Amino acid sequence: MSEPVSYSDLGAADPTTEAFWQACADHRLTVQHCRACGSHQFYPRPFCLTCESTDLEWVEASGKGTIYSLTTMRMPVVPELTPPYLLALVDLDEGPRLLTNIVAETARIGDRVSVAWRTREGLPPLPVFTPA
Amino acid sequence: MPHALSASPVYIVGAAETALGKVTDQSEFSMAAIAAREALAEAGLSFRDVDALFTNYMGEEGSVQLGEYLGLRPRYAESSDMGGASFEFFVHHAMVAIATGRADVALIAYASRQRSRRNRKKVSAALDGSLAAQFETPFGIHFPIGHYALSAARYMHQYGARPEHLAEIAVAARQWAGLNPKAWVRTPLSIDDVMASPLLSDPLRKLDCCLVTDGGGAIVIARKDRARDAVKKPIRILGAGESHHQWHVAQCADLTITPGVASGKAAFGMAGITAADVDVFEPYDNFTHAVLLYLEDLGFCGKGEAAAFVSEGRLRPGGSLPSMTSGGGLSYCHPGALGILLLIEAVRQLRGEAGERQVADAEIAVAHGTGGLAFSTASTVVLARE
Repeated sequence: MSEPVSYSDLGAADPTTEAFWQACADHRLTVQHCRACGSHQFYPRPFCLTCESTDLEWVEASGKGTIYSLTTMRMPVVPELTPPYLLALVDLDEGPRLLTNIVAETARIGDRVSVAWRTREGLPPLPVFTPA
Repeated sequence: MPHALSASPVYIVGAAETALGKVTDQSEFSMAAIAAREALAEAGLSFRDVDALFTNYMGEEGSVQLGEYLGLRPRYAESSDMGGASFEFFVHHAMVAIATGRADVALIAYASRQRSRRNRKKVSAALDGSLAAQFETPFGIHFPIGHYALSAARYMHQYGARPEHLAEIAVAARQWAGLNPKAWVRTPLSIDDVMASPLLSDPLRKLDCCLVTDGGGAIVIARKDRARDAVKKPIRILGAGESHHQWHVAQCADLTITPGVASGKAAFGMAGITAADVDVFEPYDNFTHAVLLYLEDLGFCGKGEAAAFVSEGRLRPGGSLPSMTSGGGLSYCHPGALGILLLIEAVRQLRGEAGERQVADAEIAVAHGTGGLAFSTASTVVLARE
């Protein structure tokens, strides 16, 4: 297990996502699960968007998903990523959709993917995906 | 049954562009002031008559700053940020305010010098604790091209639209721009030219993306009896509607459907029209594929049918649905917020003062705005010549 990292302490204060980033530090991808209706959601809210219950918990996702949409970014946007790189929306098997990167030369909409982790200097690892 | 607001008809009684293109001898406020003055003059009104003020992107508490600059103390004011579509939202709100007696003369004004200043942000502020900084920025998404590219890619995958169908939108806009002396780019453009332009974020190429120019405009809204001295033909606001969806792209359930479905239904319903009644269509052409989505969402064709619909040249000069008649955001002007210019062009067409690009016998025009990131907001305004 890696050293606990406090995302809040890094100046990006959002107490509602602290548990998510702590789990990322352990390479666990988590989403909110509603105990009342069974649906999953992400990013976290204090109530369930499906049934409005407040009985929510963090659960670990399977880390498997399907590419909903995909683009190759060909312009420099952030210093950490050298174009071209793949930017995608991935539908987790549990339901929530994530914006992420596909770490591969090529990929297609509909491809199955699995979570992987990108390490970052001074920040929690970032969930990215690779072909399943 | 006529809509409740029809009992007190509301009109656009003045409309004017600011200086466009590259503006180096004016500030945003002076540009907006000059356009406002011109629009009020068309209406036979002056700043003293204005009691409602609407603006966006004019700084913090924008209507307060613009109001001070213009010497106004409105009794009804708004600087909601609905992105580039804000001005269609404002027409809706001004219509309601005037029809219900909360205001008499509404001024909507805006100007930008984004080209001269080159201040468009590519990335949301890093590490500010916002959801975008946590869940979007780290993945290298270009704001907003990356968001729209994800929408375009999904749309093409789902409905089989091809790059040449997107390119047709840019070509149609350019043909209209060729007829508009004020358009920023007027040189002829072919489908092949568009498809040969560099990919920025697949499937969007450079020429699938709108311009970055300076510009803006002003619109005056009132009842007809409040603008008795108007020198230009008042244009009736027949209907208006609005909605918004997601901000973060992953929160959108279906990137092939926009909030234009709801705004269009509300606006057409209030106006008592269908898509078949529309003579001129002014869509917010920030990206080529956007126009395909609007055509479907507003009911000009069925879902997934827009590629076939446009490939017959239907949107071009001489086509059966003249669209982007100024040259649009793709070829005429895109000052960060195009929405106000869509309204001004619709007014010009309905007054019959559009010169070489005039659509014959135009009676009903629709301005359809979008804003934000991959269709966050939508507002539709139906205008009619009387």
